[in-house]
Amino acid sequence: MVIWHSHAAAWVQGATALTPPHTVPVTALAPPLAVRGLSVAYHQKPVLWSVDFTAPARGLVAVVGPNGAGKSTFIKACLGLVPLLSGEVTVFGAPLSRRRREVGYVPQRGSVDWDFPVSALEVVAMGRYGRIGLLGRIGRADRDAALACLDKVGMADYAGRQIGQLSGGQQQRVFLARALAQEARLYFMDEPFAGVDAATEQAILDVLQDLDRQGRSVICVHHDLQTVAQRFQHVLLLNVEKIADGPVSDMLTPSLLRRTYGGAALDGPVPADAALVPLRSAE
Amino acid sequence: MSMEVWPLDVWLRVAEILTFRAGHNAAVVLAGATLLGIAAGVVGTFTFLRGRALVSDALGHATLPGVVLAFLLGSALGLTTRNLPLLLAGAALTGSLAVWLVQQVSRHTRLAEDAVIAGVLGGFFGLGVVLLSLVQSLPTGGQAGLGTFILGQTAGMTRGEAWTMAVLAGGAALAALALYKEFRLVCFDPDFARGLGWPVALLDLGMLALAVVVTVAGLQTVGLVLVVAFLVIPPVAARFWSDRLDRMLWLAACFGGASGALGTALSGAVPDLPTGAVIVLVAGVFFLVSLLLAPGRGVLAALARQLGLRLRLTRVTLLAGAVRGRPLPPRGVVGHWLRLRGLLDASGRLTPHGRAVAEPLERNLRRWELALRLDPHAVPDGTRWGVDPAERVLPAGLLARLDAVGDSAEAAR
Amino acid sequence: MTAATFLQLDFPAGLTAVLACSLCAMLGNFLVLRRQTLVGDAISHAVLPGIVLAFLLSGTRATGPMLLGAMAAGGIAAILIETVRRLGRIEAGASMGVVFTLMFALGVVLLEQGAARGVDLDADCVLYGQLEDVLWLAPAGWSALLDPAALADLPRELLTLAALNLGIGLLIAAFWSPLKLTCFDPALATAMGLPAGVIQYGLVLALALAAVASFEAVGSILVVAMLACPAATARLLTDRYDRQFWLSLGLGAGCGALGYALAGPLPLLLGLGWSLNAAGMIASLSGLMLGLAVLLAPRYGMLARRRGHPA
Repeated sequence: MVIWHSHAAAWVQGATALTPPHTVPVTALAPPLAVRGLSVAYHQKPVLWSVDFTAPARGLVAVVGPNGAGKSTFIKACLGLVPLLSGEVTVFGAPLSRRRREVGYVPQRGSVDWDFPVSALEVVAMGRYGRIGLLGRIGRADRDAALACLDKVGMADYAGRQIGQLSGGQQQRVFLARALAQEARLYFMDEPFAGVDAATEQAILDVLQDLDRQGRSVICVHHDLQTVAQRFQHVLLLNVEKIADGPVSDMLTPSLLRRTYGGAALDGPVPADAALVPLRSAE
Repeated sequence: MSMEVWPLDVWLRVAEILTFRAGHNAAVVLAGATLLGIAAGVVGTFTFLRGRALVSDALGHATLPGVVLAFLLGSALGLTTRNLPLLLAGAALTGSLAVWLVQQVSRHTRLAEDAVIAGVLGGFFGLGVVLLSLVQSLPTGGQAGLGTFILGQTAGMTRGEAWTMAVLAGGAALAALALYKEFRLVCFDPDFARGLGWPVALLDLGMLALAVVVTVAGLQTVGLVLVVAFLVIPPVAARFWSDRLDRMLWLAACFGGASGALGTALSGAVPDLPTGAVIVLVAGVFFLVSLLLAPGRGVLAALARQLGLRLRLTRVTLLAGAVRGRPLPPRGVVGHWLRLRGLLDASGRLTPHGRAVAEPLERNLRRWELALRLDPHAVPDGTRWGVDPAERVLPAGLLARLDAVGDSAEAAR
Repeated sequence: MTAATFLQLDFPAGLTAVLACSLCAMLGNFLVLRRQTLVGDAISHAVLPGIVLAFLLSGTRATGPMLLGAMAAGGIAAILIETVRRLGRIEAGASMGVVFTLMFALGVVLLEQGAARGVDLDADCVLYGQLEDVLWLAPAGWSALLDPAALADLPRELLTLAALNLGIGLLIAAFWSPLKLTCFDPALATAMGLPAGVIQYGLVLALALAAVASFEAVGSILVVAMLACPAATARLLTDRYDRQFWLSLGLGAGCGALGYALAGPLPLLLGLGWSLNAAGMIASLSGLMLGLAVLLAPRYGMLARRRGHPA
């Protein structure tokens, strides 16, 4: 099945994308992420349909949409974790396989076994694995780097703790520190703010700001429109299809949000989430 | 192997056994094995749907120490011949203990169920092997045919033993059917059942108790190593054919009963064929046929569906792209096919004939895209997006909204 | 007991048991940590037809063909399990239950049909091994331990197991970090470009090798017990990855040595006229060890939890 899958995907690839093939020269100017005609289906039902998206060179990007809109799938598809029905993904102008080391990932917190026998520091050191390679060892420099990353998220005191003994927010910060240890140029984060305490939220926001200042790109699935409006510069509105993308001020408009969230109720009231939009004009 | 060189008289002998003409003893054994298969199919369907398929692996292996302990107890009490009810009671005891241990330990420690199952299975079976070697070294008794419980052997089965098996198996099947409604809800939505005030834990226990009964009944026929196969393979094979519990139960019972009957007959007709393994292999044939040929989930159906979807989707996107003025050079199999059919020209533009074909496809695709934008979650599962005619597969309410929005978009243009 | 009889009988058999235990305990860690312990159960059963076919085709009990047959059967089993799981959309456990029991049944039938023609391999041996057949005939005294000629005569099972312990141990050491990451967070490992699929199938092949190398001496049931019990016991005793590994290795080897001693030499020393099955004894001992840890482990045991210790 697997063999057939990838074979067939390559076979129809050239013909499937509705847009002409996009060629990006491999230069420093290439966008951090460019996605063309990306479609993903589970059991024949598309969860992402023909999404085109180019991330801007600078600025934090929020991926916004209702539950089941395919936000997580979008990130997983960009990282090559789910099979594509069609489409192509380039990172800094090259296919993902050649850019693995440039990409960092913060998965959803529920995706791992928290009983696993590793300490917080070991988890963060895992961020270095892409760098040290298959046969490599974690050296002194890697440990120091990992410790520095833990410190950045305010977790240095917990380095030796088994991860299951940390609170949810602390676990999230450890995940973030691990992503920092990857020293990537492009970060994907899947709901990093889900179910965290205020201190963790602040720590994550600080880290995001830091990354942005250093010129690193962040693509973050998020659903609190208030923080999106305040802290992110760019928005991708997603609901199976791309609804729109652009600067945050152009995206969080009632009509676009209604199109994103309100499909089921085109003329009904805007869902509660979206009611925060006026905040933007107050800024 | 020797399978294909079996002479005709082997098959005649199989037919003879299957038609109850091979003597009373063989007939009772055959009926018992068939009933056992039916019971295993029915009870196994419930344990499989409850996610407990491999608990019965631990259960089967764990009966060995019970059998041997019961034998030792029997010899201590001065019973000279092996006493089947006593042995089976011992098996049921340690089997139940193992099931209980698996549940308790995986609930109350950090260990996941899989590790507990493997640990219990290995430990109990190891203990059984030790006890068996102890029996072997005893001056009296010898092994007393206890070894046949491991891989199953119907050859030396007496009429009384066959009756025991038939009664146990029939009872388990009837009990499972009597609790049909309760088991169904517990399998599907245990929390809801709890909300109704049902004793879910007790029902779970009852389900596993029935698995114990089937296991114990099957010890002589399939043997304790492979009894799990009897509880798992027929339900899984049935799962490939149906999404409905009642049909699954019927199918699993048929698969199980047929494997029991055919396997017993085969092993009776051919010397040196261990009954348990043959029964499992016959069940395996049913399973392989299901895996390959079942219409919904079968391999061939899945391949055909996937290929069909890909080809159709490619065709639609190519043609619709051309209508929308974004022609691609017609690469790939579908592209070449469309050019051969005269729908596209060499540069990927539509021919007049192609336009006539492509425009309805493009309109359909547009409706699908609109449906995605409006309410992607209202689209029923199992429809082929962008390919199936929207007006036939989409719900009426969504279609009406599509048309309303589509009209206003046209008007705005 | 003289040095010669010890070296001829108990030394090779006991060492073989210990090596089989350490090999399985080592691999068991990765199964228990990934919650795939039953894959070990499945593979150890599923290799049987591969072994029997290799044996019937090559006509000898030579190690090479059997290892190849076991690896082929293990790989096929893993692929089948995955296919059935995906296509049938059923849980992995049921899919395993179908595949490994079928393959095991096929192996048993092949075996019995082969045995009918006077082949020297039987189902009992597959289930609980023939440790008492592992003999080292060469030594006359302790000096044999340093004599290359005598060492070359060590039993084949022992040498195979020693080589596999060394080889798989080195592989684990070499891929220590990626193994840890793929166990803990396979998605991140894939995102980083680590070949999670290759590692998964590599593990299956290693399991198949361990199963076939162990089965002749100690039987498949000990393999299952040793894959599960030491690693699961260590899971209850430590929260550190490296300790988990060393602890399970030590516990496994300890069980092997103690179980062997309890089954054979001890009853003899006590002057009893019988001995017990060593593989069964080791397996029961490991089950007992796990049971004790489940009850008494200081932090994660059931008693500690009952006393209100937080998880």
